[in-house]
Amino acid sequence: MKLRSLQICLFGLLLLAAGQAGAVLDVTVTEGVSGAIPVAVTPFTWEGEGSPPEDVAQIVGANLARSGLFRVLGRERLAGAPAGPDDFLSEQWAAVGAEYLVIGRLRPEGERVLIEFHVFDVLANQRLGGFRIPVPPEMLRRGAHRVSDIVYEQITGDEGAFSARIAYVGVTGRGDERRFTLEVADSDGADPRTLYRSSEPLMSPAWSPDGRYLVYVSFENRRSEVFRHNVETGARDRLASYPGINSAPAWSPDGERLAMSLSRDGTPNIYIMDLDSGALTQVTRSNAIDTEPAWSADGETLYFTSDRAGSPQIYEMRLSGGSARRLTFEGSSAGAATVSPDGEAVVYVQGDGGELRIARLDLETRQVTLLTRGRFDKSPSFAPNGSMILYSTTERGRGILGSVSRDGRVHQRLAARTGEVREPAWSPL
Amino acid sequence: MNAMLRWGLIVLMIGLLAACAQPKRDLSEAERQAAQAAAAEAEAEAEAAERARRDAEARGLGADGDLSVDPLDDPDSLLAERLVYFDLDRDAVRSEFIPMLEAHARYLSQNPDARLRLEGHADERGTREYNLALGERRAQSVRRVMNLNGARDTQLEVISYGEEMPVAFTQTEDAWARNRRVELVYEVRR
Repeated sequence: MKLRSLQICLFGLLLLAAGQAGAVLDVTVTEGVSGAIPVAVTPFTWEGEGSPPEDVAQIVGANLARSGLFRVLGRERLAGAPAGPDDFLSEQWAAVGAEYLVIGRLRPEGERVLIEFHVFDVLANQRLGGFRIPVPPEMLRRGAHRVSDIVYEQITGDEGAFSARIAYVGVTGRGDERRFTLEVADSDGADPRTLYRSSEPLMSPAWSPDGRYLVYVSFENRRSEVFRHNVETGARDRLASYPGINSAPAWSPDGERLAMSLSRDGTPNIYIMDLDSGALTQVTRSNAIDTEPAWSADGETLYFTSDRAGSPQIYEMRLSGGSARRLTFEGSSAGAATVSPDGEAVVYVQGDGGELRIARLDLETRQVTLLTRGRFDKSPSFAPNGSMILYSTTERGRGILGSVSRDGRVHQRLAARTGEVREPAWSPL
Repeated sequence: MNAMLRWGLIVLMIGLLAACAQPKRDLSEAERQAAQAAAAEAEAEAEAAERARRDAEARGLGADGDLSVDPLDDPDSLLAERLVYFDLDRDAVRSEFIPMLEAHARYLSQNPDARLRLEGHADERGTREYNLALGERRAQSVRRVMNLNGARDTQLEVISYGEEMPVAFTQTEDAWARNRRVELVYEVRR
């Protein structure tokens, strides 16, 4: 199942990318699938002065490869790029093994750069579509992600998620030198921006459904408290600072409520805060640990971790009433549930023999599939189109991010050049 | 103060050793006599301090208002121990830590103004938010033991850092055992 050519090709792309400033996360495809669709992305022609500001084709190719659905042909194998859509010769591209072809050009137009590109189905010998995206020059990278989304959708019929961003916690140093940061980067890890910096721990970042806010737990006052942070303006306010633990914030799908785990009455229980009024409603009442709430796609059910039966397991509870029902029975423990965007599966952390792995529970068939094979795989987060799952893992004792396709077949790693990264949270589209 | 004296003595002895290691002719007779005198004096002072400490102990720690050494600073006291370790996935205080917690509880009951933070921690095996709750449970277990031994709730603050502040960084049983802990941190001494 290993896909050597993809690794080599991606390694080549990484070499190209190595000179770019700010690319803090390096991506490596560790395992691919043999059935990936071969696609050629020719370098986009630059029609302005000097050298092109961004290698858009490289960004698009790396995105497509990362989805696991595509095998991107190395540039050395590409036949000469057609000057325009009328010069497309399907035989020429079939000969190099491409099933799809993407060509494009970048043209300065006033204050903006116009990205123009075309997607061809080589086997069917037809053009699937031609597109134009005008972007400010400094937004060219985001434009390239938009191009990736369109190409992905043209070929697979599913919405792309490359324009979404990822938030994660970064850690550098040890002891008194330890520093925690909340970072927001492109979905490929490029262009990271530090949203907040602290000498005390930061944890549990979660996005608002409109993508404007992050909520997270900060220990800046030497105890756990929940904060809300406007990603654009930087404005932040404290939402929860009750006695005991304030943790595990999760935004409701309608954006109006926040589920949390609070131990204000001595043991951690699940509460829902109405964000308009600040009013709290207690959802669970147990003497056990109830934490890590996650909303169902329709906002009517909460999934959460509880050790009320001894070991931590995942339970579901209808908000309209009724008691909590245990969902997980495999392995020795389960926690950190997250619901797939289509609402059909819960992905969570399964503990077994002291090792933690990401597992997928089909809510219809109740079948459990292990998606990862690490020793400490935690904090799963779905891509907004459900195609991939990001999670925290370790490599030689260092915290890095892993990603796995929804079927568990394509694995990749995103490692920081320095320090550790963990707790990824994929933004909405 | 006692500890400082002892350190001073150690530093002095290291200095003397270093001096001895040098060729003899570099050390004049007068210098050597002065050094010996200083060493003897330091030794006498250390002995006096040790006597004072034993006397104080005989009178009962903390009962003597004139006692200048805070027992929290005594490296030989149980109060010098500030770490409680836990078994995997457990929050029960192991019996070996009870005498130490009793000593701290006694100190708190004798010093009503003293304030202690109980900081709970977990190892990395478990989900992060669950571990945050587990760290709190461990700190609450420690608080219960101290309550039973005379420490007031108002003197104790329970905090959890979960797995966010490890002290050992390898992925080994030994490192995990060191990370599963409650740290006793005095915010206010007597």
